[in-house]
Formats: sequence, structure tokens, C-alpha cells
Amino acid sequence: MTATADTTALEFGKARVRKEDARLITGRTRYTDAITPPGTLHVAVVRSPLAHARITSIDTAEAKRAPGVHGVYTLADLGAEEVGMPCAWPITPDQKAPQRPVLAKDTVHFAGEGVAVVVARTAAEAKDAADLVEVDYDPLDPVLDMEAALAEGATLVHPDLGTNESATWVFDSGEAGTGGSVGDAIAAAEADPDQVVVRRRFRQQRLVPAFMEPRSCVVDPTGEQMVIWSATQIPHILRTMTTVVLGIPESKLRVIAPDVGGGFGGKIGVLPEEMMTVLLAQKLRKPVKWTETRSECMLTAHHGRDQIQDLVITAKKDGTITGLDVRLLADMGAYLGLVGPGVPVLGAFMFNAIYKIPAYRFQTTNVFTTKTLTDAYRGAGRPEATFGIERIIDELAVELGREPLELREQNWIKHEEFPFTTVCGLTYDSGNYEQATARAKELFDYDALRREQAERRERGDQVQLGIGISTFTEMCGLAPSRVLGSLAYGAGGWEAASIRMLATGKVEVITGASAHGQGHETAFSQIVADKLGVPFEDVEILHGDTASSPKGLDTYGSRSLVVGGIAITMAADKVIEKAKKIAAHLLEADEGDIEFSAGQFTVRGTDKGKAIQEIAFAAFMAHDYPEGMEPSLDSDAVYDPENFSFPHGTHLAAMEVDTETGRVKLRHYVCVDDIGNVVNPLIAEGQVHGGLAQGIAQALFEEANYDDQGTLVNGTFVDYTLPSSADLPSFTTEIVSTPATSNPLGVKGVGEAGTIASTPAIVNGVLDAIRHLGVEDIQMPTTSQRVWRAIQEAKGRSTQETPIDTHSPGAGLGSIDPNNPQGEVQ
Amino acid sequence: MIPAKFDYVRPSTVEEAVSALQQGGDDAKILAGGQSLLPVLRLRLAAPSVVIDLGGIAELRRISEDGDRIAIGAMAPHHDVMRDDLVKQHVTLLSQATSTVADPQVRHRGTLGGALAHADPAGDLGAVALALDAEFVIAGSSGTRTVPAAEFFVDYFTTAIGEGEILTQVRFPKYTGWSTHYEKFNRTAQAWSMVAVAAALRVEGGSIAEARIGLTNMGTTPLRATGVEQALVGQPATADSVRAAAEHATEGTAAPSDADAAADYREHLARVLTGRAVLAATG
Repeated sequence: MTATADTTALEFGKARVRKEDARLITGRTRYTDAITPPGTLHVAVVRSPLAHARITSIDTAEAKRAPGVHGVYTLADLGAEEVGMPCAWPITPDQKAPQRPVLAKDTVHFAGEGVAVVVARTAAEAKDAADLVEVDYDPLDPVLDMEAALAEGATLVHPDLGTNESATWVFDSGEAGTGGSVGDAIAAAEADPDQVVVRRRFRQQRLVPAFMEPRSCVVDPTGEQMVIWSATQIPHILRTMTTVVLGIPESKLRVIAPDVGGGFGGKIGVLPEEMMTVLLAQKLRKPVKWTETRSECMLTAHHGRDQIQDLVITAKKDGTITGLDVRLLADMGAYLGLVGPGVPVLGAFMFNAIYKIPAYRFQTTNVFTTKTLTDAYRGAGRPEATFGIERIIDELAVELGREPLELREQNWIKHEEFPFTTVCGLTYDSGNYEQATARAKELFDYDALRREQAERRERGDQVQLGIGISTFTEMCGLAPSRVLGSLAYGAGGWEAASIRMLATGKVEVITGASAHGQGHETAFSQIVADKLGVPFEDVEILHGDTASSPKGLDTYGSRSLVVGGIAITMAADKVIEKAKKIAAHLLEADEGDIEFSAGQFTVRGTDKGKAIQEIAFAAFMAHDYPEGMEPSLDSDAVYDPENFSFPHGTHLAAMEVDTETGRVKLRHYVCVDDIGNVVNPLIAEGQVHGGLAQGIAQALFEEANYDDQGTLVNGTFVDYTLPSSADLPSFTTEIVSTPATSNPLGVKGVGEAGTIASTPAIVNGVLDAIRHLGVEDIQMPTTSQRVWRAIQEAKGRSTQETPIDTHSPGAGLGSIDPNNPQGEVQ
Repeated sequence: MIPAKFDYVRPSTVEEAVSALQQGGDDAKILAGGQSLLPVLRLRLAAPSVVIDLGGIAELRRISEDGDRIAIGAMAPHHDVMRDDLVKQHVTLLSQATSTVADPQVRHRGTLGGALAHADPAGDLGAVALALDAEFVIAGSSGTRTVPAAEFFVDYFTTAIGEGEILTQVRFPKYTGWSTHYEKFNRTAQAWSMVAVAAALRVEGGSIAEARIGLTNMGTTPLRATGVEQALVGQPATADSVRAAAEHATEGTAAPSDADAAADYREHLARVLTGRAVLAATG
């Protein structure tokens, strides 16, 4: 009962191996698909092979006769014609938001949209029968190109809306009073021979989030509360939204996100398949399970990015930036996702990045196409913004003939200028760009690599060296609720926590954050062990089940530590406050004389004391406790942040380009990230490594390609080229800490940093290697073919166009033309 | 991903396998390592009535020396082939190319015979077998026959293996002491070859006495770069002469176009990589 913590070492800052990993990597845990209540029926969805078509008939007769089939349903059969998936972010009052049905009503709007659903005794029987459902389509023209979609006379994705434009959202620092007018800045620069204007168009290709565990949902309607297990990032939001969408009282719903195998934003949707599974379970009064295949996942789970970015930057010839204008087209796909329209808006506040830009304007036009919808993907808006600004800063450096790091330094916020209010009106609380950059340059051996680069150019080496730079910042810790309110977001940004002191001195911590690979159980245990002075092993973190954790806003936007961790800290403070009263009572001392340190309550100036575990037991026994208080230490807290946090860092990439083949090789990557105080350096490093791999993959490897019929042509992992460890070097990562002043732990968040920072570093590096050959830009991913063509074109040799949508018969599954899958076997 | 229903048999001899195949008729599929067949089944791009698993026939995994040849059982996994001492010594090029196939997991399951019988033009081992004049031993109901590599590859995913027949062994002549290299170019480390070049050369007194060059993914089948071979013979193994010879690499090819590489880029790569392969082998 009186176990005492090791008082010599703090848990905060210790590189502990994650305690959840043993069950995760040995397969002991159960993911959603492994949960099968007795009598469970299985679902297979019949999906449209066409991007845009009218459904003329659905014949389910043969499927209904297939072995094991319980039923086959269309939208009408489910009686769900009026059910629409929620979009929580109307970015403008007049945003056009088409109803996204559970299954297509009479028209399919993207390839992969559900048309009918088969329920059977086994998943195999459901799949067999799904192949027997006959659907006839009357094809319509696909809508694939955003600019064409906005042109006069374009085919409309949703004719009843009268347009393919969902909304246009504008921020103008001149109008907001946070800066000057960018129109004036551009006009002034154009008229002034001592200023320059640089205009560039960048493209953010479409990406597949590619989380490891495909999505899955199990609904058991047999108890008083309907239980929904889902492989989701957002169990709490899913519960509330299920009520909103289907009208089931929230109190009748229990949502469980068991261990979830990754998300990267890809699991923050409220899915038609989830709602369909609930409807089927209600209708059939039996447990029902839906688990998608990898192919369905790649085709229908929301995609990320997909923007066209038109940027204008103006500067004096001495390098001082005078204005930045950003115009985006953002592809929403066929419908609006839960927060999809807000993704570009999240980027609006980050294009100005770490720089002092006096005039700024941002505009996004969100466009409907007949493609899979887009929504949050690791970084959500901020990678796009960081790419835009970091790429155009390099372009400005070229225009001005300046060293790109020096040009950045000239314009960035100096460490002594914090707190600094930006042209967007955000207040950056802390940061030290000089420190991170100096350390990164040192680790990278920047000057030596610049010398090597010059020598290779001089010699005309076949392999040229480029140095890619990205000095990024991001806004983390989503989010202050009043800020979200001002952006018309449909929820707050707080997080909840509870701490239960058990009779035997062990601790249960309940968090509203919902881990899906982040390592919350370890990091939160470390925080609580220190706060309460109990052993790390005595702390248990409970999450992801609305029965035990009724209140929360879940995990995305690098918020779990920065918001959820603070809520836990506040709850721990309340536990200590209560325990102090009981300790004073038991020790017969004045509460003001009780000190608390390392789990011990002591009377100042005496050797009398009691451990927190003893107090917990005393509270449980309740034989002797102060008048006027309840016999319990348990405490709840809700934390609503005052501000975002602003991690930053300097990322440097040494890129080798084989000018003969176009092959790009990342030789060396150094990043120094300032993420404030670090709870667990091992977890932080893991987040940085994974983030880097994902951001580098956007620059070099990944792209979801559609053909001219609107078919996703690389919907398998054979064709959608994710890198493995064999494609990436060993990263050099380091962390420097300028503590955040906006929260009591001084933490900033690290979940998205690597992804946000690395993409422009890589592309800047590729261009830096071959710019002297006359290459000015290469679209992402900068594949060997694109690099080779860019070099050929710079030499004045014309080549074929790079195809994105054609199939060769070779390369395994690459041989399979989705439009003609049987064509493969000749 | 769930395949359509099929029957499964696991014979323990080649004779049993041949008879199962003949009973299965048109619809029967042979399962070797499963690295191509299983994804196709799971995506329901094929729905055979019966799958005949050769995994129970121990003799098909054997690698042995047979006079002036190295005989490799069709079911020898890539991992065994690339690590085998006989292969490393006498058919070095095969060992080198095999080590570039996919990743360690795939190499432990996938087999030499399975890859060659599948005859994906982007597969790495066909160009090696072709360049080295391997022989293919094929078993049918009337016994076995042997087909030379030059006649084995017919078209996309099509070989000389007839209906009711099974590839049982691949026999490689010994190229002891030859200079060899497999130059592979792909999008990611585990991806299929966009283009690859298999080179085996016998160098005598600083000049190339014999040259065998195979090309991967430059047509509907693996191809032999005979123009390059002819241009190399008698030449010194210097950068200039090799590059000049490599200019012939696209003769007789019909490069495919896809998202990774359009035909013109593949042709360019074939020339560059051929030069690099020969220089790496002789270097």
C-alpha cells in the first residue's frame, strides 16, 4: 500500500519503450475486424466501377438466392433516402454541400461509390453474392479537371447545385486589419524597378493515406445501448454524429475504437459504411460487420491534398518580402467530407510561415469532381501551405541571386521578437529559428556540401548534388474553441480527462484523445507518474470507449499531448488538491503546512507524512476524512487551449540526381525540430521518422492517378508506390526545445512535423541539383521519368508526354487494367 | 480480400500433379510460391476451379550439379537460388538477379519456376534464363520434354508450357569465371523492373570474347540484345566502346508505355543501363 516512486528520476523526458507495443506487435490485441459477437452477419458492398453514371437498374434476385445470403439491399430497401453524411465545416454561409447518401441514390458520383449491399452469414458468402448483383448504368461524362469543372458549360457533378464550386473562402490582411493590402503590394512592386514579382503555379498531387489497418465497423444492437466498434480516430464524434445522422439518442449509443492501426487523418470520417452497418443491425436485430478490402480502402477511403496553388510573392531587391498572394483550387472530390472543406482553410494561416510578410491574401475555391472525396491527411492544409511558401522562397532566392538560407533568415521572425503576431493575426508564442537552423547546418555540414555541389557542377558530373531547404512552422494543438467558432467549425477544440485513484493506490487515467498508433498510453503514463509521484507501471490509460471515456474530441491535428495532455495534468492537480485536504486531516496539520513532492504529503518542518497511495486508501475506506468533502480523490478536467502551439524546424536534404537516367537519390537528410518540451524522446523521434517518410514519399513516390474516365488506375500497393525503408536513408534527427508558453507543460506537438516540413525540402533539393541545366520546376512526385524529361526539355529536346494513366501488360498487378481486368490473361 | 471458391489439391509427386492438372482441365491453376497467383485470386481476376499446390513435391526444390549444367528444381525458392553455392559459382548472374527480386519475404515464398512460368515481362529472371540459354524441363502425361529458353517465352504471360504440363526444372549451362551483372531500374526498391539488363561476358586479355545480354520489360517477352552482343565481341571493355555497343540495345524491342515510363524513356534507359551493366560486369 505504500509503494513509493523512484524519486531520483523524472519520467518526463525519459526515452521509454512504448508499453502498448508488446500487444500491438505480437498480434495479441484485437482490432475491429477481430471482434465478432455471436451471430454476426457480414456485409459486402457492391461498388460502382464508373465515376459518373445514372443507375438504370439493380437486379438483386440472383444474389438473394446465393448460399448464406441473408439479404441484399439498395438505398430504397434500407429506407435511407433521406440520410446524409455530415459535413462539420461550412467554411462559408453559402457553401454548397450535396447530400452524401449511404448508398448511391440514382446517380453514382465517383468510382467506388456503394450501390447495394449484401448481408450474409460469412464474409466470403457476402463477397460471392455481391459479384452476382447486376447493376446497369447509363454513363455520364466524368468531371476530372478542376479548372475545366469551373468553366462555363462544364458537366455538373451535382446538377441541382447549379455549379461545381462548393465555396470560396478569403482571408485578406488588409481587410482584416492584420496587415496591408496585397493588391497594393503587387502594384507597387510592378511599378518599382527595385522590387521583384515572382509568380508560380504549384500542384499538390492527390495522395492515398494508406493507413495499415483497413476500415472496419461492427455494430451489436442486442443490448440497451447499441455498441459500435469502429476502426476510427474519432469515437466521440462518431457517437454524436450517429445521433445527428440517424436520430438514435446519444445515450443509446456506445462507440468503441479498440486498438486502431493507423489513420493519418484518413480515419476521421463519419462513413456511409458505418451508418449503413448501423441501419442493417437495427433492421436485422443482429450484430453486423463491415470490413473493407485493401482495394476498397484505396478506392473509397478519403484521399488527401489535391490542390492547384497559384502564388505571387513580391520583394525588394534587397530581399525584404513585401507581399504574398495565394489562390488555391482545392479538389473536394464528389462530396464534402467531415472536415474536408476546412482543410485548405487550415493552410490559410500557414502560408506566411515563419516570415514577416506585411501584406497577405489567401483564397481557396473548393471544387467538386467525380473523384473520391478528399479530407484531412497528415498535416491537413499545412503541408500544402508549407510547400507553397518554401518552394516560392527558393524561387525568389533564384530571382534575386541570393543564398536561400540567408534570404529566409533575412525575413524570418527573430527569436527576440517573440511573442509575434503574424499577418494572419495568430500570435506565435515562442520559437528560435536561428538556433534550429544553426544546429541543422552543423549536423548537415552545409558548407562542405555546397562546396561539393560547386565542384560537381564545375566538373559536369553525371550525378549532380542539390541541397533542399525547408524552414517550416505549423500550428498544432487543434484548437482554441473560440477560434474554431470564428471559422464556423461545427465543434469545439477542448479535450477532457479524468483520473481515478483506485483503493490500492493504482491510477486509472481516462482521456478523450483516441490513440491509433501514437503511443498515448506511454506518454500520458509518464506525465501522470511524475505529477502524482506514482510508479509508471501503476498508471493505466483508458481511451476510445464512450462508456469509460464519455467526453472527448479525439485525435488529429497534433492535439493529443498539447490539448489532451494538459487536461490530464489539470485533472492530476485536482487529485492532489483533494488528497492534500485528507492528508492534512490525517496528519492533524493545517492544509497550508502540507507539502507534496514525489508522491509524499509531508507536514512542513516535520518528518510526518503519508504517501498518495495511503491517502487513496483512506479515501476509499472513508472511515476518517474531513467534514464537508466527499470521500474521493477522483477528478475530471476539460482543457480548452488559449492558443495554438507552433513547432518549427529546419530541414536539409542532400539530393543526388543522375542526369543521365533522372534517378533521384536522397543521400542525406538532417532535421532539427523545435517541438518544445519532450515527454518521450523515443516516441518523438519515431513520429519524426514516420512523418519524414510520408512527406518524402509525396515528393518522390506517391500519386493517386485517374484516367480520362475517372478510374483510379493505381489502386493497389503494386502500383501506388509507397517507399519502404530500403528507399530511404537513415535520417539524422535532433530536437531543440524552446518551451511553448501557451500551455503549462511547454509542449508543442510532433505528429505532423516531419510530413509538413520534408516535402518542399526534397523538391527544392532536386531542383537545386539541376537548375543550372535550365530546369525550373518538376511536378510531384519527382519521378525519374519526370526529372529526365525536364532535363531533356531544358536541353531543347522534346520528348513524349509522361503518361499517368496507361497500363503496360507487365509488372504483376500493374498488368491489370481496371477498365478491363480480364484483359490481362491473353 | 476473399478469392472465389476453388478446390485445392496438394500432390506429392510430379506424376500426381500432372494427372490432377489433366483432370482439372482448362480451369486448373498451378500454385508454386503464390506470389502472383494469390493476389490475382484475391482480387478475383481469376477464378480457377482447382488449385494444384506443388509445395508438397520435395524433389522440385533441389538444386544440383549435372555434368556441365546446374539443374534447379522449379520450386526452389528465390532465397535458396540466390544463396546456393553452385549457383553463385557457376551461374552468378542468376544469383545476382534473384537477389533483386522484390523483398526478403517474397524471396522466401516465390520460386524460380513459378516466376518463369508466369512469364511477366517485367519479371527479372526471364532475361537471365534467355541470355544464358537455359533449358526448361516440362513434364506432361507422356513424360518430359526439354525446351530451350529461346523458344520458351512466347508472349505476355505465355510460355511453351502446354495444357496439362508442368515446369519441373530449369537447367543452366555453367558460366564459371564469367563477368556478370544485373542492372535493375525501378520506381521503389521493391517494385518490378521498369527496365533491367542482364549481362554476362567472357573477357580474355582485356577484350570481350563472348557477350550475352538480356533485357527485362522491353517487349512482350524477355529479349536478347543480339545487336549489342555482336558489337561488343572483340572490343576492349572500355567506357567508350561499351557505350557505343549499348546504342544497339533497343534494336528489335517494343517497349511498353505505362505510368512509370513511356516507351521513349524506356528505350533511353535500355541503352544507358546496358552500358552500365556491361561496365559493372567487366569493371
